[in-house]
Amino acid sequence: MKATAMTSENQSRHSQSDLPYVLILKPPPSFLLFGDHFLDSSKFQYLKAYESPLPLPQFLQEHAQSVQAIFSSGLAPVTAETIRLLPRLGLVVTTSQGLNHIDLTECRRRGIAVAGAGTILSADCADSAVGFLIDVLRKISAANRYVKQGLWSSQGAYPLGYKLGGKRVGIVGLGSIGTEVAKRLDAFGCSISYNSRSKKPLVPYTFYPNVVELAANCDALIICCALTDETHHLINKEVLSALGKDGVIINIARGPIVDEKELVRCLVKGEIRGAGLDVFEHEPDVPVELFALDNVVMSPHCAVLTTESFEDLGKLMVGNIEAFFSNEPLLTPVSLDG
Amino acid sequence: MDSIGVLMACPMNSYLEQQLDKRFKLFRFWTVPDKSLFLASNKDSIQAVVGNASAGADAELVEALPKLEIVASFSVGLDKIDLAKCKEKGIRVTNTPDVLTEDVADLAIGLMLAVLRKLCESDRYVRSGKWKKGDYVLTTKFTGKEVGIIGLGRIGMAIAKRAEAFSCPISYYSRTKKPEINYKYYPSVVELAAHCDILVVACPLTKETHHIVNRDVINALGPKGVLINIGRGPHVDEPELVSALVEHRLGGAGLDVFENEPYVPEELFGLDNVVLLPHVGSGTVETREAMADLVIGNLEAHFQKKPLLTPVV
Repeated sequence: MKATAMTSENQSRHSQSDLPYVLILKPPPSFLLFGDHFLDSSKFQYLKAYESPLPLPQFLQEHAQSVQAIFSSGLAPVTAETIRLLPRLGLVVTTSQGLNHIDLTECRRRGIAVAGAGTILSADCADSAVGFLIDVLRKISAANRYVKQGLWSSQGAYPLGYKLGGKRVGIVGLGSIGTEVAKRLDAFGCSISYNSRSKKPLVPYTFYPNVVELAANCDALIICCALTDETHHLINKEVLSALGKDGVIINIARGPIVDEKELVRCLVKGEIRGAGLDVFEHEPDVPVELFALDNVVMSPHCAVLTTESFEDLGKLMVGNIEAFFSNEPLLTPVSLDG
Repeated sequence: MDSIGVLMACPMNSYLEQQLDKRFKLFRFWTVPDKSLFLASNKDSIQAVVGNASAGADAELVEALPKLEIVASFSVGLDKIDLAKCKEKGIRVTNTPDVLTEDVADLAIGLMLAVLRKLCESDRYVRSGKWKKGDYVLTTKFTGKEVGIIGLGRIGMAIAKRAEAFSCPISYYSRTKKPEINYKYYPSVVELAAHCDILVVACPLTKETHHIVNRDVINALGPKGVLINIGRGPHVDEPELVSALVEHRLGGAGLDVFENEPYVPEELFGLDNVVLLPHVGSGTVETREAMADLVIGNLEAHFQKKPLLTPVV
């Protein structure tokens, strides 16, 4: 790759020790897929905690004075303990869409800037959500299995699905991802409503002040909000009951937003129509009861994991870190105001 | 009207069957042990044929039914009906346009997402119980991909409208350029295929469009290209398609229709970049009921000497 060639040339001219350090706690998925030099820059170097035999606290103590930034892919939490061991830490960048793995309170306290994925992953998340909804209603994965097992020719026509057009879609969390989902489903003739922490004045969709009311008034509930203390088990027995037996739930946000035990019970008993799930409460463990259900479509937490997103995110993260070390404004700063 | 004989070509929908049985004298063609004998004995009783995408009214059947007045198809496609023969004999033909447009377009987009984002493969992976921490499925982004549509009729336009919501640039091939349309026009399918990431077949099946997706088109679409077929199986040269997929000369395919349904080439079963559906384009509870009502409505209109709801001939 061109960037790699340029980097090795530059490194032969600069002394390695001149470049500021960016700490990586665990290897990010992009390293595993595209190699260690995927995120190289001529303006900084990586300090890979995972390559050291030392336990993390010791490693951090040893390098306490060198680390000015942490790059997190979301696989390793950036805890208050970690932050406290790094007095020179000024920036945490993450490629993850969610921020619940970073102790934002501690960052705010210390004046540490945080840069995220911005809206760069929103399209992929939205595409997944829409894909799941069509799949569940039209039984795409289930019918594909049917055909590939040779059952079309031996057992005949597959049971009918349900029309997407005209369905009432309720979006939980109308942020960047929720907005992209709404824009797409609007084109399919769905009517959109939402619940968010606050009503959005310029938006043409119907606002419901709580999720139970939203669920009672929609045919498909799509979870697009962040995981916080307030949203833990937001989708509970009451919400699922309000959604009802013709309702579908799609979760491309975080597993713990949904009371998984209750969801599984509803699905097994036929109390809701179906579900599309990219995330689970205890990944990679998935309730085995779901494996027998044709009205459930699942994926292994990869709603944002497209080749294009890796490339775009990589460039964005490097850009944020370079901006930080050049004292320029971050490209995608996260507001830490509570 | 229960003395009017209606021949139903094959099983297609139990609600439709019930309604036809209630209102007319229904003959179920697929239950008959000897079709020629049946036709010879009942030819004077049959005034209507109800067909679908699998079976309709070919020249032979039309000739065998001297009292035939109307063929009502439980489909929008007319490729199973000998239209010229019907015209010649003054036989009316109706189909079910518009009511199924949205479902078919929805499925086309669903197939695009399923192929590019590996929805079926991901689901299979999780169901295997083998998901380990750090494992996931790397897929291809759909937003922004160039979508090329063969046939910009009702279904083609509905597909374009949906794809645009994903910021997909749209291009098309049609028998003639449509001056009022803002999408990029290509005068040949090969050129269209060469300039798009996802090619979708959305035109009617006629003699001219038979195998409209052939080896040249598949080659032009290439190893990163994806073919979506929600039209008719014979639109695509199936053996060519199969070898292109098996040899990785084509990036992937989402297919709802096949040349010899319900038989699907088994070489496709093991390919994770291929999604196969059992001709479910209009297969929703809501739409099939609307289609059935349209068939019944057309038949009743005809026999009550009122204007047909959705005449073709």
